[in-house]
Amino acid sequence: MNEREMIKIENLHKSYGSLHVLKDINMSVYESEVVCLVGASGSGKSTLLRCLNFLEKREGGRISIRGEEISPETHNINNVRQTVGMVFQHFNLFPHKTVLENVIEAPIMVKKIPKDQAIAEAKELLQKVGLLDKANVHPSKLSGGQKQRVAIARSLAMKPDIMLFDEPTSALDPQLVGEVLATMKELADEGMTMVVVTHEMGFAREVADWIVFMDDGRIIERDRPDEFFDHPKEQRTKEFLQATMLK
Amino acid sequence: MPSFSHFLHTFISSKNLFIDAALLTLKLTVVSILIGILFGLFFALLKISRIKVLGYISNAYVFLVRGTPLIVQIFILYFGFSGIFLIPDFWAAALALAFHNGAYIAEIFRGTIQSIDKGQMEAARSLGMTRILAMRRIILPQAFKRALPPLGNQFIIGLKDSSLAAFISMNELFNVSTTLGSNNFDEMTYLLIVAVYYLILVAVLTMLVSLFEKRLAVSDR
Repeated sequence: MNEREMIKIENLHKSYGSLHVLKDINMSVYESEVVCLVGASGSGKSTLLRCLNFLEKREGGRISIRGEEISPETHNINNVRQTVGMVFQHFNLFPHKTVLENVIEAPIMVKKIPKDQAIAEAKELLQKVGLLDKANVHPSKLSGGQKQRVAIARSLAMKPDIMLFDEPTSALDPQLVGEVLATMKELADEGMTMVVVTHEMGFAREVADWIVFMDDGRIIERDRPDEFFDHPKEQRTKEFLQATMLK
Repeated sequence: MPSFSHFLHTFISSKNLFIDAALLTLKLTVVSILIGILFGLFFALLKISRIKVLGYISNAYVFLVRGTPLIVQIFILYFGFSGIFLIPDFWAAALALAFHNGAYIAEIFRGTIQSIDKGQMEAARSLGMTRILAMRRIILPQAFKRALPPLGNQFIIGLKDSSLAAFISMNELFNVSTTLGSNNFDEMTYLLIVAVYYLILVAVLTMLVSLFEKRLAVSDR
């Protein structure tokens, strides 16, 4: 395992009004690692992920990306976001643009890549997620699973070093979950650094290098998948696992 | 009430004057709506800006326009400003109508911009786009599409409101009808005729708007 620290979170705090949703979070993610954040709804895992992309403002603590502490006051967040891709639960594809236009939009408008090159790269990515034949249709014509794969291709088009996934399969029909997870697994196998908020325990066990379990805004347990699922240490982890396995 | 044959006869004999007037009405409406769209977009963006003072300016504009009659706004621009600088009648009327329509269009745009799912802005920002770029490339195109039905409606309202330009002696439809009516001691006939012209214009506009909407809707979800 490469020892390059891609994300370092130190003493992170976040509140919405009087609701303290992240409490003193400390966590590191190294290059090529896949970290799965698991926990009940409202445990703060999505908020933590959104802090990493600065979609949420943190209230205390430090976030470093690739060894450099990032703060909205001193850094151009737009540049940081180009290296940290994000995939959303509800895909958030641009409905007024075709699949191909969705993928080339940011490379052309943000990175100023020549259009021909952007199209060639986008087609390669669409090939990779198995949707090259859908390049010229609008997102409304796609299934949920296809939409999410386009969203992944759109993020990858910016050539990020880190990919964040915010419950990428939670809005999908059960039979469409597999295709998205397969795409993510492929990405992990290629060595992408990934932080994934998920309820898919099978995926977490198979793909993750680390499982981070959160409850009530805190990290309760961080462990290797086999340890985490077979020998959970904390009482709250055991309860959570029991509840999810019963489902 | 005039007899139908009298109405028809008058309708045909006066058609040249009315067609000229209808063209002027149309020109006045199109120009004022186009400028009104620019006003509207500008003030809608001020309103949703994160700088509070800009929002207050936008509020004040909407309050002034909605709070005073259109005829007062037209007269202020026509009489008030003609003392300061010379402004051609057409532009006095067009600007007053644009200023007026702009406030309503600002509210239309504000509503449709805010109706676009929050995730669209987040997705655009997560790809490294600035707020302005995301607004221009992602939010506004979608918001504009949603604004079309209410904009079409505002267009029709604007067309009818343009009749108030008669009071600063623009020879648009309403003015021509009242002038002809009083010259010929036949007000009712000419009022009915002008009503028909307005109905035709509105019918054509309604068709155009729905045609335009259908073409844009092809790509919608």
